[in-house]
Amino acid sequence: MKPSLWYRMDVIARRLTPFGLTLTLVLASILPLHIPGYARVVPALPLIAVYFWAVYRPNLLPAYAVFLIGLLHDSLSGTPIGMNAVILLVVYGAVISQRRFLVGKPFVIVWMGFVLVAGGAELAGWSMISIFNVTISEPRAALVQYLLTLGFFPFLSWFFLRWIRIFLEM
Amino acid sequence: MKEQRARPIYRIAEPIKNLAQRFVYLGLVAAAFALMLLGKADVVLMERFRTHVTDAMAPILEIVSRPADSIASVVGQVRELTRIRAENERLRADRERLVHWQTVARHFEAENKALREMLQFVPGPSVGFITARVIADAGGAFAHSLILSAGSHQGVRKGQAVITGNGLVGRIIGVGSRSARVLLITDLNSRIPVLVEHSRTRAILSGDNSDNPRLILLPPGETVSPGDRIVTSGHGGAFPPGLPVGIITNAGDGSNAVRIFIKRQQLEYVRVIDIGPPAALPSQSEAEGLTDRAAGPGEGEQAAVKPSAQ
Repeated sequence: MKPSLWYRMDVIARRLTPFGLTLTLVLASILPLHIPGYARVVPALPLIAVYFWAVYRPNLLPAYAVFLIGLLHDSLSGTPIGMNAVILLVVYGAVISQRRFLVGKPFVIVWMGFVLVAGGAELAGWSMISIFNVTISEPRAALVQYLLTLGFFPFLSWFFLRWIRIFLEM
Repeated sequence: MKEQRARPIYRIAEPIKNLAQRFVYLGLVAAAFALMLLGKADVVLMERFRTHVTDAMAPILEIVSRPADSIASVVGQVRELTRIRAENERLRADRERLVHWQTVARHFEAENKALREMLQFVPGPSVGFITARVIADAGGAFAHSLILSAGSHQGVRKGQAVITGNGLVGRIIGVGSRSARVLLITDLNSRIPVLVEHSRTRAILSGDNSDNPRLILLPPGETVSPGDRIVTSGHGGAFPPGLPVGIITNAGDGSNAVRIFIKRQQLEYVRVIDIGPPAALPSQSEAEGLTDRAAGPGEGEQAAVKPSAQ
């Protein structure tokens, strides 16, 4: 029996949600939340999403989607265009190549993997912005941003895991 | 569950597919790098791209930033309720003080007017305002900018100063048809010509992505001390002179850090200062004496826009 059109559209819509969620996080990270000091150290939410989907469902977030997400993030946040695209793509590639060590491991191991990857990403971002502008960017804000990003990881991961269970396990 | 046998066609196709994917991946990384380099070489092109993307996203940001604003205002109102008595007390004291200053200001205004008439002083260009809502507070640790809900349709132009009641916020660096980007004075790329208010010493306020931008390019031998007020100098013409910027916090260690007056988390509505096109500046009666002055803002706007090209 051939699956109906509605069924196929439903499947496609569900499979687009990881990309959609990541785009939403890009927007969420530039919302004016009016929390004192928050805007300077807003956690790298798209990075969490890219890492997560690369570990758990890489086929639902292909490399070109990561590229587009990076470009949108750069365009909106005012960083040099291409910078976040490079960082997210490298993170994505690194995770995919090490995927067999992460898949099926307890969550803590996945989190530890993120600690390393996010550290590299933050350092890369800081170096790139400093080189690009030929001056030293404030390093403390980058450090706080890194720690906040690590702290947000379990919450977003929990949400994504629920999402997989509800919408993507068919 | 059915187990699928690896058919010969898959055995050939699989490695080719992997190889193709790898090429696509490397191609994308290279493309992202190339865009970065292109952004360094051709600033205008990349900024145009950024403006288009921002403009396209502006309606979405406009909608999603509203609930965030209302939540923040509810939180703010509850917080205000708890200290309304102390606030009243303070406002009463403030009012006493301000009435006194009002008298002083009236006196100075009259005196100023009289002195200007004696000197036949030519006033600077008249200033208009465009009020805009902040729809995104972008950047994180690496760039400090805002996106505003007004663009070229509302008369916003590149290089204009952005202020709140407290002081200078930043400068417009990109304008779309319905959105505009403000480079905050704390951003790594921000350079604003300023004056130390009481000594009239010129300097440049330079951001470094921290909360406190620094004074650089002070004339040799000139020093500043904590508590000195910093205002815009108006050099370059794009900014009106005398906009409050901040206060020197420490001068001893050579950093000349400035505590700025604006509070970034409170920026909800801002005002863009529109100095007006040079041609519209001189009124009929003043036109003769003004020709050299009227040319000023036009040149200055280009000069002031230049630092954003970094």
